[in-house]
Amino acid sequence: MLQEESDLSLIIAQIVQKLKGSNLYSQLERQAWASLQRPEIKLESLKEDIKEFFKISGWEKKLQNAVYSELSVFPLPSHPAAPPEHLKEPLVYMRKAQGSWEKRILKSLNSMCTELSIPLARKRPVGEQKELLNKWNEMGTDEPDLSLFRPVYAPKDFLEVLINLRNPNYENGDSLSFRTHLGLIQVPLKVKDIPELKECFVELGLNIGQLGIDDSTQVPPELFENEHVRIGQKVLAEQDSAAAQQYIRQGSPTALRAELWALILNISSQPEDVLYYEQLKTNVIQHDLLVDSLIYKDVKLTASNDDYYFVFEDYLYQVLLCFSRDTSVLSHFAYNSASPPKSYIRGKLGLEEYAVFYPPNGVIPFHGFSMYVAPLCFLYHEPSKLYQIFREMYVRFFFRLHSISSHPSGIVSLCLLFETLLQTYLPQLFYHLREIGAQPLRISFKWMVRAFSGYLATDQLLLLWDRILGYNSLEILAVLAAAVFAFRAVNLMEVTSLAAAEKENYLRELKSMYLGDIVKIHGLFWLFKIVS
Amino acid sequence: MSRILVPCHVKGTVALQVGDVRTSQGRPGVLVIDVTFPSVAPFELQEITFKNYYTAFLSIRVRQHTSAHTPAKWVTCLRDYCLMPDPHSEEGAQEYISLFKHQMLCDMARVLELRLILRQPSPLWLSFTVEELQIYQQGPKSPSMTFPKWLSHPVPCEQPALLCEGLPDPSRVSSEVQQMWALTEMIRASHTSARIGRFDVDGCYDLNLLSYT
Repeated sequence: MLQEESDLSLIIAQIVQKLKGSNLYSQLERQAWASLQRPEIKLESLKEDIKEFFKISGWEKKLQNAVYSELSVFPLPSHPAAPPEHLKEPLVYMRKAQGSWEKRILKSLNSMCTELSIPLARKRPVGEQKELLNKWNEMGTDEPDLSLFRPVYAPKDFLEVLINLRNPNYENGDSLSFRTHLGLIQVPLKVKDIPELKECFVELGLNIGQLGIDDSTQVPPELFENEHVRIGQKVLAEQDSAAAQQYIRQGSPTALRAELWALILNISSQPEDVLYYEQLKTNVIQHDLLVDSLIYKDVKLTASNDDYYFVFEDYLYQVLLCFSRDTSVLSHFAYNSASPPKSYIRGKLGLEEYAVFYPPNGVIPFHGFSMYVAPLCFLYHEPSKLYQIFREMYVRFFFRLHSISSHPSGIVSLCLLFETLLQTYLPQLFYHLREIGAQPLRISFKWMVRAFSGYLATDQLLLLWDRILGYNSLEILAVLAAAVFAFRAVNLMEVTSLAAAEKENYLRELKSMYLGDIVKIHGLFWLFKIVS
Repeated sequence: MSRILVPCHVKGTVALQVGDVRTSQGRPGVLVIDVTFPSVAPFELQEITFKNYYTAFLSIRVRQHTSAHTPAKWVTCLRDYCLMPDPHSEEGAQEYISLFKHQMLCDMARVLELRLILRQPSPLWLSFTVEELQIYQQGPKSPSMTFPKWLSHPVPCEQPALLCEGLPDPSRVSSEVQQMWALTEMIRASHTSARIGRFDVDGCYDLNLLSYT
């Protein structure tokens, strides 16, 4: 059909345009030039011979991986009449809500700046620069006075904004009718129901082997584990991103995880990448940002207090401070409903040539942001690789957890999916919790916003993040949250207040929970069982 | 292929409802929009683009000009085209849509008038319509160029004049210059979307407060 052909050529043109600016392009060019000296490359059939050479030497695979990565991350080109805002977020009222939320954050940051009389950005004097360079690897030993700083916002503030989200064209009557949403989210986004989830997450069915369950000590390794590890090694040898993504849906063996994630995210540590990281480090040393103090405060409040992650405190500073200076992150705002905060050089207000983004990467960290990085420290020890992996995870997944959008993996859809699953399959529990004023979303929101980081034991968390990478979707967070409630349904029916429900040992001890337990006793997809 | 915007006059939407709109409880689920082309002769329709606003299904009827003295009849050219897969949820609710000639049930030559019939069966939405409606007809094919005579009949090579010793060979210089020019053209043509990476302006990052736009 004409339309599909023109759509396809548009997608191809877009991907070619993106890849032309990448390292891979110049590497391929260099390889092509170098290959001319090889005897098998003949002038008459130059094009085919070079293509054959690329196939044999593995360069074609690298190109395939890069194309696959572009397809996974960037949305398809939209209608020619659609403005760029439409690509960020198609629904106008959500764009407006995101805009007002951002304005609140900026006001908060500005008032912190004026109250504390601290500039947003300051060039460090040479002495201070030297000092910071010397203690770069042990910034955690620093104890700056952060008492006056407060996080710009916490997940519960964001939840209040989502609860008040309304579509002006929707029947939001006060009286209870079939139209009212019983949960906290009142916007009618499309979320998957159980049959659709079953179809989507087919590899998580009870009849298919999973790591985290079928590799426990009671199960003989010949049944599943050995074969799975063998396939994993083969996938790594082939260096195929798409195959790795398919493979990891059943979980990744611990020994292979770091390489598998790097393959799926298409990260290969080239000398240019290390240089880029060093450049970011120089930027951190030269300029001091107000946002740095927010990062320090966040790490001290969250990761440093966590039994699993406090050892990585120094790594967290090294990653997050550099992340704030990375302007390449700005490109993800093309498909993120959020927009980077803007400012002008002092004295040049209104002049576009002096307009800059603040922070340079456009992302203002909130309370708990450092928990996105912490679990990765278990996998990667080299700072520039750790940095690249985190940056890629952020621009693919984590940004959706703290911006208002209608995307199926956006936090609004995840909340609605969680509430819908709970209402449909645990109506008694949902009703009971609602009656005692303990709306389930108030408890599970913080788990989902942090992608369960800090709430699950690390090895379980990494198994969960395996699936996020494998399915390229965050919906599994909502399903897990619903499954946790299902797992503890009996106990939750007995609580009488929100405070009690939150203090529930059972929910707090999420950390001692094994995903395997949830699956074995109830089946993480027990919901699937009910419908089948 | 090229297309030309056809100026059209979009009449106000008419709700189809049984009974009196004011007294009945529900909201209309069917709206009709008439599109006329007062200043244009009957044309061949190429494309219709619009922005959806909570319309679930779209049907289009067209009235075409007939050569004989028979009165022009209304023909359905698009039947129940689905814009929102689930009328109760937001999916597809505010999307930009293009409909092409080849998707229509009848041929679209000599269009006089269009009638868009919008349906939204879900009672959840307060209103629905389509916005930014634009109708296109096929543009003219690019005219054939006539080449000037000197381009199509190049003059045979002239014998280069002998130069003094010490100067480089002009044909080699000209080919090198040509290569350099081709290289700069290539670099200029293939502008990448790679960022430069600097966040400051000339080394300065001393900022005002953040601006609210």
